Amino acid sequence: MAETVQITLSVNGERRTLEAEPRLLLSDALRHGLGLTGTHVGCEHGVCGACTVLWDGEPVRSCLIFAVQAEGAELTTVEGLTAEDGRVSGGAAGGEPALHPLQEAFRAEHALQCGFCTAGILLSLIAFLREHPHPDEREIREALSGHLCRCTGYQNIVRAVQRIVAAETTPR
Amino acid sequence: MSRWVGARVARNEDPDLLTGRAVFADDVVLPGMLHAAFVRSDFAHGRVRSIDVSAARARPGVHAVVTAADLGDYWQPGPLLVPPPPIVGAVFHQRTQVPLVRDKVRHAGEPLAVIVADSRYLAEDAAEDVEVDLEPLPAVVDLESALAPGAPLVHDDLDSNLAAFVPQGKGDWAAARAAADLVLGRRFLYDRGAACAIENRGVVAHRDPNSGQLTVWDTTQAPVPIRNGLAAMLGLPESRVHVVAPFIGGGFGPKIMMFYPEEVLIPWLALRLERPVKWIEDRSENFLATTQERGQIHDAKIALDRDGRILGVSDVFLHDTGAYDPYGLTVPINSQCTLLGPYRVPAYESEFRAVFTNKPIVTPYRGAGRQHGVFVMERLLDLAARELGIDRVEIRRRNYLGRDDFPHRHGIVYQDFTELTYDSGDYLPALEKAVARMGYEEFVGGGRERARREEGRHLGMGIVSYIEGTGIGPYEGARVKVEPSGRIDVATGVGTQGQGHYTAFAQVVADELGVEVADVRVTTGDTREFDWGTGTFASRGAAVAAIACHEAAKLVRAKTLALAARELGAAPEELVLEGGRVAVAADPGRSLGLGELAQRANPLRGAVTPGTEPGLQATAYFGPARGATASGVHACLVEVDPETMQVRILRYLVVHDCGTVLNPALLEGQIQGGVAQGIGNAFFEQLVWDDNGQLLNASFMDYLLPTATDVPEVETDHVVTPSPLNPLGVKGAGEAGTIPVGAAFAQAVEDALRGASPGGADLSRLEILEIPLSPNRLFALVREAAGSAPARGGGSP
Repeated sequence: MAETVQITLSVNGERRTLEAEPRLLLSDALRHGLGLTGTHVGCEHGVCGACTVLWDGEPVRSCLIFAVQAEGAELTTVEGLTAEDGRVSGGAAGGEPALHPLQEAFRAEHALQCGFCTAGILLSLIAFLREHPHPDEREIREALSGHLCRCTGYQNIVRAVQRIVAAETTPR
Repeated sequence: MSRWVGARVARNEDPDLLTGRAVFADDVVLPGMLHAAFVRSDFAHGRVRSIDVSAARARPGVHAVVTAADLGDYWQPGPLLVPPPPIVGAVFHQRTQVPLVRDKVRHAGEPLAVIVADSRYLAEDAAEDVEVDLEPLPAVVDLESALAPGAPLVHDDLDSNLAAFVPQGKGDWAAARAAADLVLGRRFLYDRGAACAIENRGVVAHRDPNSGQLTVWDTTQAPVPIRNGLAAMLGLPESRVHVVAPFIGGGFGPKIMMFYPEEVLIPWLALRLERPVKWIEDRSENFLATTQERGQIHDAKIALDRDGRILGVSDVFLHDTGAYDPYGLTVPINSQCTLLGPYRVPAYESEFRAVFTNKPIVTPYRGAGRQHGVFVMERLLDLAARELGIDRVEIRRRNYLGRDDFPHRHGIVYQDFTELTYDSGDYLPALEKAVARMGYEEFVGGGRERARREEGRHLGMGIVSYIEGTGIGPYEGARVKVEPSGRIDVATGVGTQGQGHYTAFAQVVADELGVEVADVRVTTGDTREFDWGTGTFASRGAAVAAIACHEAAKLVRAKTLALAARELGAAPEELVLEGGRVAVAADPGRSLGLGELAQRANPLRGAVTPGTEPGLQATAYFGPARGATASGVHACLVEVDPETMQVRILRYLVVHDCGTVLNPALLEGQIQGGVAQGIGNAFFEQLVWDDNGQLLNASFMDYLLPTATDVPEVETDHVVTPSPLNPLGVKGAGEAGTIPVGAAFAQAVEDALRGASPGGADLSRLEILEIPLSPNRLFALVREAAGSAPARGGGSP
């Protein structure tokens, strides 16, 4: 058998350890090694953006990174998105999951159809909105342009971002 | 009663999809699961001399290496999915794909062997170990030379590469041509593209050793036919084969092709190895192993009188069917029929030749040939209008079928084997809406010239019409059940690839049963839940499957009211069903919840009333006599940079008529996404083959899908002409967004460049007769139209 390396990293705030061949892609490690199948793989050459996760808060394409490179990294996947009250999405087994405000906005604006590219887009946008809290449409579209979506035509994704930006600038 | 149908309801499926809990094929994990990889041909055309798998078999971690020779009697060419419709004079040569190549490779990427190993990584290592010795043959790539005498043969047992010949027509084209004031003919090209669902295909198969049940997870749009076909191929009772089409990451047509070689092989391997086996296609495989669409060449003529009234159309075209033709004639027949559009065409003469080439198989991809017909007809009208000095909107007005012309019989045969008949329609209001909203009159009356003169901008507008045959038969079915909890369970046989079936079907059922949409749980694509049906294609989810849900819900409603009447001591007519309860209208205190009624309908002891069935459950089927015809108008405003030929779409409007709208948010989503796909098809996406049949741009770095910065906001407006073919009046809407984009785009770009004079050249004769239209191609066309060819790059900074 090929040589394996032990990797320890933090995913969604939890310390995780796995044995991996040096050639194992981070996307495969997350999906098949750690069972976090919410991260999807669409092209394996870094174009479609479906496999995007956050690495120390910054979006990265997990299909372009080897798992061994992630030793000690802090990753966030879609499973780690939390609702405003801190509940983790997908955590309520069987019941209605707790949605992050951006996930709520996606649902309200019909910003997903098949949903396959959605996890990567959510994570990119979360990082984007942290740095650009008041983006205009052009900036939103540029932020999205690193992701391919074949279903929506992007329009409702833009609207979902605009919705959340408007909500956050409106005092509650 | 229609509280939900027509409402903008948020989707039931979204929470699972947004949180990553939704299970897609590649998310299926089973204990002891093995992984498959395929050895695919590097050559497009070649004879197999030998395949040496000994090194691959010897690699540790490899469980099986299988070639055609190992399949024994299981090796069979695939079934013909759609037989040719009964058209007099039609010729069809059935040549269907094989699970693994035995003697001759017919397209690059065709599978030669399959490896099963402990991991996908190991399986791919072993695939590299396989030594394939092929004798390369000259490849058949170009459509016209494929039919030339002496061309190499894709299928050696045929005398030529002709796959099919289909003549259809009505009226007297020769007389129309003789009587015409103008006969105008052109050659139109529409090149190949790929659907590129972001999720590639995948199959996971497992036979449970305890139950003996074979379960197959498959990214298919047609789970029930896959189940039936697998059972037949494997010699198993249908009840022992369970097919699940889980959440699917986009379909768009190619995922209804069947049987793909992988769908035949993975279940067989799982049975043989007695282990679960998973195969997930990667993107580079997808560009060769998943079916494609679009390559056609049309030689078309239109005959008109001097007022621009159509007297007849003649169209002779070639259709690239790729290496095999398992989907029959669906795509070219759609082209042939859709060309007639919303117009009165007294004489039509059309014939096509489908051609085998050494390229991947062609089967329907969103639009499924319809866009070719629309492109040809709309372009002919544009050119004729220009020639006759008639406004291009006006020429359409003069030729539309009127609202009293329905049902309109065309006298030719459609893809569903029935006579092409438009059920209902009213085309003018959509056109006038588009004209008004785009400010067309002002634009052509001076706005365009003003922008050019005062701002130096080259703006152009396109306005085109289309019809979309949707919602064809044969049938779909649904089961609706009231659970003891009072929630409603619905199951239907179609698969779901993002359309929102879990919501739209729930809306239809919720209206009948007086519950919230969130209380209706829909299952699609799981043969253990429902195993009758054909699949998701031809924009038929809403127009066929939703109707089956509606019919089943009506039966459940009747059962519910009958039981409640007995239990409450009232007549059914005295009852109201709302808020999940049945109450006596005049005495709302006398009521029972749906859950309580469901329990009383299924007692554990006591006598049953003769003639009744237990439970509040019903199954119903719906099969329309023929498809419903949707229609609409696309309009766009573009700006062309005459130096670089970069085109920006400034506005895009779709005015659409798909009959009754179930959920406007879902409908607009279909249209927006369809337009984006159409824009890709019109301007960005082209599969480029070399003379050897090698695909030169088989990656997302080279095959350009539109991104968020390329696609404009799509404005939508609706006209509602209900279909008489189903009780809800629904027509399909899945393909409307994508069908006419190329035609609108070509008209707008031409309009923008008319009067432009890059380097002093006169572009008044520029004609755009082909799709796709990249900036480079447009640049070349402009040079040709200008008549003088400036040095390459001379026109750009």
